[in-house]
Amino acid sequence: MPFACIYVPNFSVAAALRAEPELAMRPLAILEGQPPLEKILAVNGKASDLGIAPGMSKAQGELCMELALRLRSPLQESSAHAALLDCAQSFSPCVEDSACDTVLLDLAGMESLLGSLPEIARAIFERAAALELKAHIAVASNPDAAVIAARGFSGVTVIPAGKEADHLSPLPAKVLLDDRLQADQKEEADRLFETLDRWGIRNLRALAALPQIALSERLGQQGLLLQQLARGAASRTLIPVEVPLIFEEAVELEHPIVLLEPLAFLLNRLLEQICTRLGSRALATQELRLTLELSNLTGVEDDFENVGIPSESDGTNGLMWGQPPKPALSAVEDAVRRSEAPHFGRQTKFIRKLSLPLPMLDAKVFLKLLQLDLNAHPPGAPIVKIHLAAEPARPRSTQGGLFLPPAPEPEKLELTLARIAGIVGEHKVGALELLDTHHPEGFRMRRFVAEVARKTPQKKTPDSTEAQAAITALRRFRPPLRANVRLENGQPVHLICRRKDVQGDVLWKAGPWRFSGDWWERVAWSRDEWDLALRNGEAVSFYRLVHDLLGGSWFVEGTYD
Amino acid sequence: MSTVVVSTSAALGRPCLFNDESPSRVGTTIGCPVERSSTGHLLSTINGRKIPSASITRASRLEIRPAPEMVTSGIDALDALTGGLPRGCLSELCGPASSGRTSIMLAALAAATRRGEYCALIDANDTLDPQSIAAAGVDLDHLLWVRCGEHTSQNSQPKQNGCPTSRTPSVREVGIFPTTAFEFDRTKPRAFEHRLEQVLRATDLLLESGGFGLIVLDLADLPPQAARRIPLTTWFRFRRAIENKPTILLAIEQQPIAGSCSSLLLQLGTAKNDIGHGNEPGDEPAAKQRKNAAHGVSRGSNAEEDQAPKGRKKICAGDALDSPPSHAHLLTGLAINAELTRSRLERKPARSVIFETKTAWAG
Repeated sequence: MPFACIYVPNFSVAAALRAEPELAMRPLAILEGQPPLEKILAVNGKASDLGIAPGMSKAQGELCMELALRLRSPLQESSAHAALLDCAQSFSPCVEDSACDTVLLDLAGMESLLGSLPEIARAIFERAAALELKAHIAVASNPDAAVIAARGFSGVTVIPAGKEADHLSPLPAKVLLDDRLQADQKEEADRLFETLDRWGIRNLRALAALPQIALSERLGQQGLLLQQLARGAASRTLIPVEVPLIFEEAVELEHPIVLLEPLAFLLNRLLEQICTRLGSRALATQELRLTLELSNLTGVEDDFENVGIPSESDGTNGLMWGQPPKPALSAVEDAVRRSEAPHFGRQTKFIRKLSLPLPMLDAKVFLKLLQLDLNAHPPGAPIVKIHLAAEPARPRSTQGGLFLPPAPEPEKLELTLARIAGIVGEHKVGALELLDTHHPEGFRMRRFVAEVARKTPQKKTPDSTEAQAAITALRRFRPPLRANVRLENGQPVHLICRRKDVQGDVLWKAGPWRFSGDWWERVAWSRDEWDLALRNGEAVSFYRLVHDLLGGSWFVEGTYD
Repeated sequence: MSTVVVSTSAALGRPCLFNDESPSRVGTTIGCPVERSSTGHLLSTINGRKIPSASITRASRLEIRPAPEMVTSGIDALDALTGGLPRGCLSELCGPASSGRTSIMLAALAAATRRGEYCALIDANDTLDPQSIAAAGVDLDHLLWVRCGEHTSQNSQPKQNGCPTSRTPSVREVGIFPTTAFEFDRTKPRAFEHRLEQVLRATDLLLESGGFGLIVLDLADLPPQAARRIPLTTWFRFRRAIENKPTILLAIEQQPIAGSCSSLLLQLGTAKNDIGHGNEPGDEPAAKQRKNAAHGVSRGSNAEEDQAPKGRKKICAGDALDSPPSHAHLLTGLAINAELTRSRLERKPARSVIFETKTAWAG
């Protein structure tokens, strides 16, 4: 039964390089500890060539001008670890989370699906590289041999079954030492390897050749276990984990970002990483949540959470005419909260939520949508940390038919709608939804969704001849035109309005038709409607005149056209 | 491969080269000396600058542009006149207020959504009536409505007669209308410019996006002088954007503004009527004969109820009214005269057709 191990050497450095790939060309050291007692935890090869070693103090590292120093980021490491698990999960459902830098996966039965073992190992290597992780891949017939080979050999290693001892033999004995032992266990392991070193055991070949009984007498069961590992003969079962569907990426900035343009570069990187991870799990996303930690310059300590682009699920997606959307934070609340939190130097969070009508997986589209959203709602303070999370969703599975009418491409349409919303206003573009009311403006705007084959076109039925008759439509004046009306016997006979084309003697009239509603609420309404004909140059135009019975005013509501 | 320069003013003054002509016919463009470059390509020199020539197909060998697919406009009479609306072309509907432009627009939208197509309405003046569009049978899920106009500010003080109101309106004052709402000054030229800019940018984006069966530009409430500010190049761009695509671009306006860019031009107007020609308002016999304001006359309480709008409460006739009650009349529809002014498909004298629309409550 073959097993594969994915091992990321120098994990802290790899996590930092994943967030900032441009650092790969420079000597890099990762710091750990509380200021001013930070110590160097890990270094890359270039820093090592300069004489920088783990355990040195920050001050010692700063003596090297070329050295880039980064504080260890648990968030970046957890993102890198999640990416590692995603990589493994995309090849096998049985994955063991051995360590933060090591993942084991069971490849039993995968050969018929994904090809031979070397092909699978190469594919895993490429997938890890796509996730910006330089990993060592090893395939062996038992998990421990795969782990040891991955720790010992760089690149891709495939050990045929039964040849484990031969392949592992040149590796140094220290490869069996787990880097992440507890302090007391590490001390014990160090003593053990010191003993082996005194015996002249330098590599696994020598360890494997030792007589079992003599080794057992001197080192006990621990010695026997080490020998089994060196021979590649240890056997155990995997402890599979269910990888949580959490797709988050973060980057902490050394210097705050003030402009949106450099922010776009970072967002692009984060989005590409998230999309690659989602793609490796055959998922898409329907919601992106961007959290920006802001450097507080004004003394505000707030979590500015706003609704962002409206979704169908939340109640803020549409609005009735004349009812503006509820602001995320009213001016009064804002002022109160500002006065209550005069803490300088604290950081605030600025959260934007990007809800999509359909699951998508296109980093460019996401970036453009986020850019448009941030242009409309700028953060208002320098950004010191970016956190991006995606809510996974099943990808769209609808296939467009050859004989179906054309429909806008969802990704393109979403971008177009966002751009148009930037031109005309957020709540002035979308689909119209009628409300269950007799109110003349009883409608609201909701998100426009174009889904291929969402509805089959209606077949022409004999009743559809009814639809062939044109409806006399009303064109509404928004807002209605205020009018002065001269009445005779309670009926309008002359109209004076601000617009010159909507005034004069009434040639013909019909009405009044009385409407009222919502009397049980504060926004009660009651009115009389008249249909009028007025002379408009050579022609005659028809208008709807309305008498507001509560306010007493007259309005021209629209024209029949 | 030999090329020939033909004297023409086309292609921005560049010499036009045919691929299959003999070298002996090499000539010069008018006013543009032509020379052969070291690589064998012909170059023309204008004001001392060498311009590489563009190779195009001779006009006589151009493919015949296929006739566009015609789809129904939703009104049989109009389809009989025009053959329908052409896909991949710009069509214009022109006419004054109450000439039936919106009725035809809604009928076209309803027909397109019945076919399962997605439509977009770019409403320059935000005049769409939700009840009308629902009554016309438009599938609202398939219609994208872009409402151009002023951005409404949440914090703007409401105004009454141009003055901000300081007191809180009472319950009785909160009526059907925002009585304290800011009235948009339609006479301001800058406001029209702003709307036009919004309309054109939104149209550009939607045409670029693609996938819509019908895109309507509703410029009907823009004054002609404002609508004419749209450069002709914009219409050419729009026409080019939808060429060879299944999209219909329909412009609603008061006067034709797209010039030769439109493939179909319909001039609309009310059918000849007698309103105001020697008849007093409220003249009952004259009202019976009106064509454009088809209405019913009171024939007793039963007739009134038959013709009353559904769900509408009728007031009692004769309550302190000396003259006949005006709700004895009912606006049941309009008679529309549609004249085919231009059609790319056929060169025939202008023809017209008269059809009637009916109000939603006319049964």
